[in-house]
Amino acid sequence: MSVHKVRDFINEAPNYKYQMILKDSEKVKNAAGRWVPKNVNGEAQTPYKGIAKHKPKTAKFGPRGVSCADYPDDGNKLLASLREALVKAGLKDGMTISTHHHFRNGDYLANQIFDIAHDLGVKNLIWFPSASFPCHEHLIQYLKDGTIHHIEGSMNGPLGRFTSEGKMKGLGVLRSHGGRYQAVQDGEVQIDIAVIGAGCADSFGNANGLSGPSSTGLLGFALADSQYAEKVIVVTDNMVPFPCYPWQIQGNYVDYTVQVDKLGDPEKIISGTTEITKSPDRLFLAELTARFCEHAGIIKEGFSFQSGAGGTSLAVGEFFRKIMKEKGIKARFARGGSNKYLVSMLEEGLVEYILDGQTFDLEGVRSMAENSRHISTSPFTSYNYHGKGNFASLVDVVILGATEIDVNFNANVVTHSDGYLLHGMGGWQNCLFSKTVILPVPLFRDRIPVIVDEVTTLCGPGELIDVVVTERGIAINPGRKDLIKAVKGSGLPIMTIEELQDKAEKICGKPEKPKLEEDIVAVIKWVDGTLLDSVRKVKQ
Amino acid sequence: MAKPIEKDKLIFGNYGPGVRSDCQVSMGLLTKGGLEIDLNSKVNSMYGKSIREMLRDILVFFEIKNARVTIQDSGALPFVILARMEALIKSHVKSEKEFLPDMIAENLYKSENERFRFSRLYLPGNSPSLMLNAGVHQPGGLILDLEDSVSPEKKYEARFLVRNALRQLDFMGTERMVRINQFPSGLKDLAFIVNHNVHLILVPKCEGPEQIIQLEDEISRLKELAVKDDTVFLMPIIESALGVEKAFEIAVSSTNIVAMAIGLEDYTADIGVRRTSNGDESLYARTRLINACKAAGIQPIDSVFSDVGDMEGLRQAVRKSRSLGFEGMGCIHPRQIQVIHEEFYPGMDEVDKAARIVKAFQKAKEDGLGVVSLGTKMIDAPVVKRAQKTIDLAVDLGLWQRSGDK
Repeated sequence: MSVHKVRDFINEAPNYKYQMILKDSEKVKNAAGRWVPKNVNGEAQTPYKGIAKHKPKTAKFGPRGVSCADYPDDGNKLLASLREALVKAGLKDGMTISTHHHFRNGDYLANQIFDIAHDLGVKNLIWFPSASFPCHEHLIQYLKDGTIHHIEGSMNGPLGRFTSEGKMKGLGVLRSHGGRYQAVQDGEVQIDIAVIGAGCADSFGNANGLSGPSSTGLLGFALADSQYAEKVIVVTDNMVPFPCYPWQIQGNYVDYTVQVDKLGDPEKIISGTTEITKSPDRLFLAELTARFCEHAGIIKEGFSFQSGAGGTSLAVGEFFRKIMKEKGIKARFARGGSNKYLVSMLEEGLVEYILDGQTFDLEGVRSMAENSRHISTSPFTSYNYHGKGNFASLVDVVILGATEIDVNFNANVVTHSDGYLLHGMGGWQNCLFSKTVILPVPLFRDRIPVIVDEVTTLCGPGELIDVVVTERGIAINPGRKDLIKAVKGSGLPIMTIEELQDKAEKICGKPEKPKLEEDIVAVIKWVDGTLLDSVRKVKQ
Repeated sequence: MAKPIEKDKLIFGNYGPGVRSDCQVSMGLLTKGGLEIDLNSKVNSMYGKSIREMLRDILVFFEIKNARVTIQDSGALPFVILARMEALIKSHVKSEKEFLPDMIAENLYKSENERFRFSRLYLPGNSPSLMLNAGVHQPGGLILDLEDSVSPEKKYEARFLVRNALRQLDFMGTERMVRINQFPSGLKDLAFIVNHNVHLILVPKCEGPEQIIQLEDEISRLKELAVKDDTVFLMPIIESALGVEKAFEIAVSSTNIVAMAIGLEDYTADIGVRRTSNGDESLYARTRLINACKAAGIQPIDSVFSDVGDMEGLRQAVRKSRSLGFEGMGCIHPRQIQVIHEEFYPGMDEVDKAARIVKAFQKAKEDGLGVVSLGTKMIDAPVVKRAQKTIDLAVDLGLWQRSGDK
């Protein structure tokens, strides 16, 4: 079998729609009790075996060998345009093209790449982004006309809807940030062309996200791509003379460099999620979460935490700050997306280090550039499960979100209760390895209860999820006897997850199960590359 | 012919961008063809079937056999949908019947005269999304407001929503309050709230005891009709120069009056001055109201602080309010509750004093004395009750340990 099994598979039958209605013999029930396909886009799969059960048996993937003889002596790899770079990189049918979400909803690059591919008449590409955003709705036309065969990455908003309705030619593959690194490292995904947008770069290809109109702080999501892709193109709107330092991306991995006018819309690169919620209900939830951590003894001298970029998570951080100040406690490090709130904790000395995987606002960018204790990390250091350890498991407490949680503490972050795929996983799965995992969620959203009998899509096994905090009660995983004991007598509203479910259903009514078809439209990978679950087509 | 066509255009409820947990309904009565339900719901896959069933139930209840109902739903809870539907149906057909959702067991608790009323949170009576989690924030009281926060064209439908909310919205132990409209339309609100375990009715722009008497008459009439006798407390709101002058008369006009509040926006407008942050212009009104309340043995309650972003300003205002003699304050945002509580919670000196009173009472009881005294001062029974409340609260707050006779 060729190294590019998937490419061959879809090129052999360019107009063939991957047969998604699988016979029983083509599906298998995995260790989580979920039915997953034996084959995805022509490639054999390993079903999920349980936490820490699957280990790679083969060597890591290596890209083709190269020689300096084929690269300019003066180090100048600058080409006139992105189009020229893609053509020189050998863009052709069935290739896997990777991009990164550092520019978030302000990204111009991914759309431009596929505009060019479409213009060149290239078909059946696999798009391998580290995440997608609503701005990528532009690509739906190319999913329809066959320029893009399928997406491996995340399918947010409009792309998720498109996928859920069974309109994508291939099966979508959803991975966590760590799972993406693992898949590249293990050769599950072989990137033909990686296009790395950078806030700052030199013509040799050294690049970082620390300055320029499209600065993003760091470029960690592109690390694996630079190391393992066949061809690497660095694109910037802020070209500086050699050397561009620090080289978050090393030019020695880079084939071509390109200068463009604008990589993205700076206002949208810095996403709107970095403001603390003003919703009194969410603030209440955040405060309750922080109080839980306080009573559970998690907030103590030298502890570490990670809290996401959503409004509620940001607010949890602020309540941590309050408690830490009152008690004179310092954290050794905070992991995560940085933002102005976390930066101010660093600068006030409440946090000694920020280990940053994604910079969410300009304060984060500034701090990273100025402060040696604000450290750029990557999915390799933080999340990759096929490494010799990773940082995520060192974190004392992580605060995450979920669309649904079931009575066995299994959680879903990608689909809604109506079955629609609307979110990516980000680092969510990887963060579940933290010492304590807390999900603050509303008991119900509008009329939709968050606690369900069984999650629509399994993204995280319940064994790894410790606490569910809602505004009307807190449920602790029965496996965490230490936590149950720690908060006894605290006055916190501790109850069982079934009681929480019951409360919600008394208010909202018992929901019917979403109407889903047998067809599989996407699969969920676990951090070790095995198949954790399938996403089914929504009945319309 | 013109009239039925107009009715087809009647729309109740809210739907559109930014509207959550609500729905909008309209209906055309038909002469044949049965019931046709055109449902567009955000939660269709989970609750579509049950919503359709519920709509059929309420239509059948009101004996509507042929109609086309259109409903746009952004995740409204059942009691909201039913309120919208009942408002709609009753604008098409006359009926004395009421389609009442069950009174949930959580809402059957009672209030009492002496309870603390440090904070009370206003909830617009026609906005379900703001009601759903309000109890979580634990104000002293939750007010479903039919007055200023409901626009005139929504007053009719808001009554149904408030009634259903009284039955189905979990008030989570807070005092269950409704602010009715000003006289005389406020009297018509009563049929929707009395007999649904409303604990306290706020009476806006109260200007004299005759209004209270009228109100009490209507409340009694409604209770008799339903053969029910739940106590309904009253909190008149003084919002005019005349009201201030009549404060004491109002305060003693009914034994059900447990507190009296001042509304400074309307009051300052009435006397023709601007409301300032230090409140010099209303000092007379406030102190007069406080004095009237103290003389009548009820709680004086301050107006709301309207800048929801200014927590420090709020804290200063509460301190001043308390130093004048107020025993509570209104809130228009849940985040104000905590600040108000922190400032109104009893200090250790007050807790100590309360403990001495309770102890003196216990001793008098043991000694078989009919009169309680502390030092040379005689103590009335209500004062003992209040002291006991202060101790209970101090225990809840962790300020006091209930260890026998401390």
